[in-house]
Amino acid sequence: MLHGGHLLSVLIFFPAVGALALMMLRADDHKYIRYIALIVSTAEFLFSLLMLRYAHVGDAGYRLEEFAHWIIQPPINYHLGVDGISLFLVILTTFLTPISVLASWKSIEHRVKEFFVMLLMLEVGVVGVFLSLDLFLFFLFWEVMLIPMALLIGIWGHERRVYAAVKFILYTMAGSIFMLVGIIWLYNATNTFDLPTIQNMLATGLLALSPRTEMLLFLAFFVAFAIKVPLFPLHTWLPDAHVEAPTAGSVMLAGVLLKMGTYGMIRFCLPLFPGASHRAAGWVALLAIIGIIYGALVAMVQPNLKKLVAYSSVSHLGFVVLGIFAFHNISMQGAVYQMLAHGISTGALFLLVGMLYDRRHTFEISEYGGLATPMPKLAAFFLFVALSSLGLPMLNGFVGEYMILLGTYQRHWQWASWAALGVILSACYLLWSYQRVFFGEITKEKNRALPDASAREKWILVTMAVVTLWMGIGSVFITRRTAADAQAVIDQVEPQRPYEAAAPANPGQQAARIAPGTTNARSVERSGTR
Amino acid sequence: MNSAIPTTADFYRVLPELLWCGFGLLAMFLQPFVRNRHFFTALAFIGTLAGAAGSFLSFRNPGAGFYGLIQADAFSFFFHLLVGTVAVLVVLAAGPYLDRERLPVAEFYALLLFATAGMGVLASAQELLTAFIGLEMSSISSYILAGYRRDSLKSGESAMKYFLLGSFATAFFLYGIALVYGATGTTRLDTMVDADAASTLLKLGLSMILIGLGFKVAAAPFQIWTPDVYEGAPTPVTALFSAGPKAAAFALLLRIFATVPAATHFWFWAFWILAVLTMFAGNLGALVQTNVKRLLAYSSIAHAGYILVAFAAVTSMAKGGRSEAAAAYAAVLFYLLSYALVKLGAFTIVSQLGGTGEKNLSLDDYAGLSQRQPVVAAVLSIYLLSLLGLPVTAGFFGKFYIFKAAVNSHLLWLAVLMAINSIIGAYYYLRVIVLMYMREPSAEAAAVAPVGFPLTVNIVLAVTAIGTILFGVMPNPVINFILQPTLFGR
Repeated sequence: MLHGGHLLSVLIFFPAVGALALMMLRADDHKYIRYIALIVSTAEFLFSLLMLRYAHVGDAGYRLEEFAHWIIQPPINYHLGVDGISLFLVILTTFLTPISVLASWKSIEHRVKEFFVMLLMLEVGVVGVFLSLDLFLFFLFWEVMLIPMALLIGIWGHERRVYAAVKFILYTMAGSIFMLVGIIWLYNATNTFDLPTIQNMLATGLLALSPRTEMLLFLAFFVAFAIKVPLFPLHTWLPDAHVEAPTAGSVMLAGVLLKMGTYGMIRFCLPLFPGASHRAAGWVALLAIIGIIYGALVAMVQPNLKKLVAYSSVSHLGFVVLGIFAFHNISMQGAVYQMLAHGISTGALFLLVGMLYDRRHTFEISEYGGLATPMPKLAAFFLFVALSSLGLPMLNGFVGEYMILLGTYQRHWQWASWAALGVILSACYLLWSYQRVFFGEITKEKNRALPDASAREKWILVTMAVVTLWMGIGSVFITRRTAADAQAVIDQVEPQRPYEAAAPANPGQQAARIAPGTTNARSVERSGTR
Repeated sequence: MNSAIPTTADFYRVLPELLWCGFGLLAMFLQPFVRNRHFFTALAFIGTLAGAAGSFLSFRNPGAGFYGLIQADAFSFFFHLLVGTVAVLVVLAAGPYLDRERLPVAEFYALLLFATAGMGVLASAQELLTAFIGLEMSSISSYILAGYRRDSLKSGESAMKYFLLGSFATAFFLYGIALVYGATGTTRLDTMVDADAASTLLKLGLSMILIGLGFKVAAAPFQIWTPDVYEGAPTPVTALFSAGPKAAAFALLLRIFATVPAATHFWFWAFWILAVLTMFAGNLGALVQTNVKRLLAYSSIAHAGYILVAFAAVTSMAKGGRSEAAAAYAAVLFYLLSYALVKLGAFTIVSQLGGTGEKNLSLDDYAGLSQRQPVVAAVLSIYLLSLLGLPVTAGFFGKFYIFKAAVNSHLLWLAVLMAINSIIGAYYYLRVIVLMYMREPSAEAAAVAPVGFPLTVNIVLAVTAIGTILFGVMPNPVINFILQPTLFGR
């Protein structure tokens, strides 16, 4: 059954089956509930790795496509497919879910069953978003995912959880309802919801939108995605949602939910509305750069550790948007890479902040100080993750940011120079907060006897650290699989521009060069996988 | 058609109405002789179900009946089945309610059956005076049903308001018929095809008909009665009001469009404005409500507004030929179906949780419901999410088809206004879900034992909840049926 045929459907619905199984259990069987959730989400992760077998290095396009008619009038199809870009986002999702389950092992004590059901349902929605090739189906998963996330924040969050949950859901719905109008409008022009078909119509000139229509449609989609990313000035829901969410909620939110926005831009905004994307690029880049600098500056002055990490997300996602709208192969790949890297390192930061919260029940930086003495291991992990987040070479954050800046620089050196400020600022706020939390004298008596990382926490952190390091040094594994599809997006948005050879000294670029269908490269890669 | 004696087929075409009236009369006759309450519930259940089943027979005999007074076609079949199902479910939900409130049963069911028959007439009427009879049958029964809790002041107020304003609206409707007759020399819709659209008299008559029906569907600015009437009426009756008469009145409006081209030319801007006013009146009103019944009443107004958006699309598209308008008709029908299921289920839950004397209707009574009664909270959430229009529920497709109709007919502004309203709506539906899932129950609410849900009520909830999900995942059968080209018989 798992022989390719319905792998994507299995990926989407397996967690739902797991959630259904959990619902059958008695509510007070906490131990079994946790183990089943862990087993289901780990199995899902392993399933998702099977997709790697089908990802051909070097050629763009969708793999493992599944197609079935669903609704006849209007023609809505169950159309799934995966390409290099969505492939790793799905794997990121399935990777972070078991991590989140483990992170909630002890900290979730009431309504345990519902919690894990919601976590698995969230996974269903997110994986569905990444795999849908039908606009309607995409919208459906996009909306369905809201409810579990809002409940995760609203039921298991901290003091102002209800406010944060409602704000989160209203912001997202406000964007998505206009996207729905946009989708219907597009349907009206094309008579189909099928993404590849629409792309084909655009390529062959069957569909030609007037500049005004194209811009309005672009905005209808873009605003929905920009809210999700979140792009300045639509970011105000994010700090609230993050601060109030439980640790697992923050990990999923920062790790994968924000990426749905940038993924949507790559998958829909650019290929479907190339002209409007071009005309809007300058403004989008401006907002992205403001987001990068503003997010970093606000993060610097945060007294609340979790809010600091939340604002750092605004800054990092600004890089991603900038990389996308620079329309350059390297920056596009960098954006995809940064999405993955941010998922891992910010996810890890939230996990660490959550571990501190489990011990002291506060996020205030002033409540900590000198923690390196009672808990050296946790401090070491925190430093490692903070360094990866600020972009230390050899770790994952560096690759993405470097590629984005490199690619952007070749198009608009001004954009790149402003954005580079963000790299500096991120070092400031992360190291400064690290210093205030872990170094210096212990000022609060309570902090003196805090326990160091438990075995479970060490497992989580070691896993995250290994992935961080691997992504830093083995980035070619990912970039060579995303290269062709990133180029395909660039080709669609700028058909007039031939392939550009850029400066070497960049892993992604080299991969893109080797890429075109060379069999030996593929076989080398296969062996590398094992 | 010219023969003076009605044929057997004619009687088949009104079979549902005959059955509903017959069982209603039977209930009244038996009332002095039978003391057993369950007997009447069973009788009403069989009666409503028989009428709904009878609609299949009338569908087997399509065509104009009784010299063109009524029209049996796929359209009337759809609405007969819809109001019939609504009536069956209201009977099931009302049984435990009437027992709890110690209200007489036989009269209640008789009135319910008469009201249903009236709605049936409205759905198949092809002649304005026949429609008027249907409207009066359903309205007069509704007035009495609204005041059925005689010892409650609110119920009395509800009935009085409904009656006074309702008869005023009916007068408009009747006067409109008279003017239309004056302009065209006929009251039969199918003979108005060639009516002169420029005639002032016809315009005046049509606008009065629109006012009369606008009242029945609670379109702003004729919506003032809705919250008070919905709040005061016994909750199962409120469930009926929100699902049945509204669907029937919309059915008549649709039929007028489908048969009289003059109406479509004239009504476009009227519907545009009505739709916008109604959506905003409903949604903004609902934002500040603290009583669940009033909240749902305002939400009813808002949803009438969404349906009116589809009407604006119908009028806009009908100019371009009927084939294009079919999608907009389908949007209305599907929306009414999804909406009826959801409102019925939601009011049933409200009715059951209200407790004796309908005391617990405040939103605060729903705080922490998910911990006290998780299944009820989950089912109510399904309804609310469907009202909100979230995917995998029927409400989503309903809204989706209306959006599509609006965009198809280039009513982008209307679509955008509807989108804005959907977001306002999301806020107050979510507020209820937030209360149920994210707040702790008040001390006294936590002390109360969970409210029992009898079997019949559970059946209502199961049917409506499963229907909501089913039509949200698999709308194909319904859509195929209502998109058929012969929806209106021709």
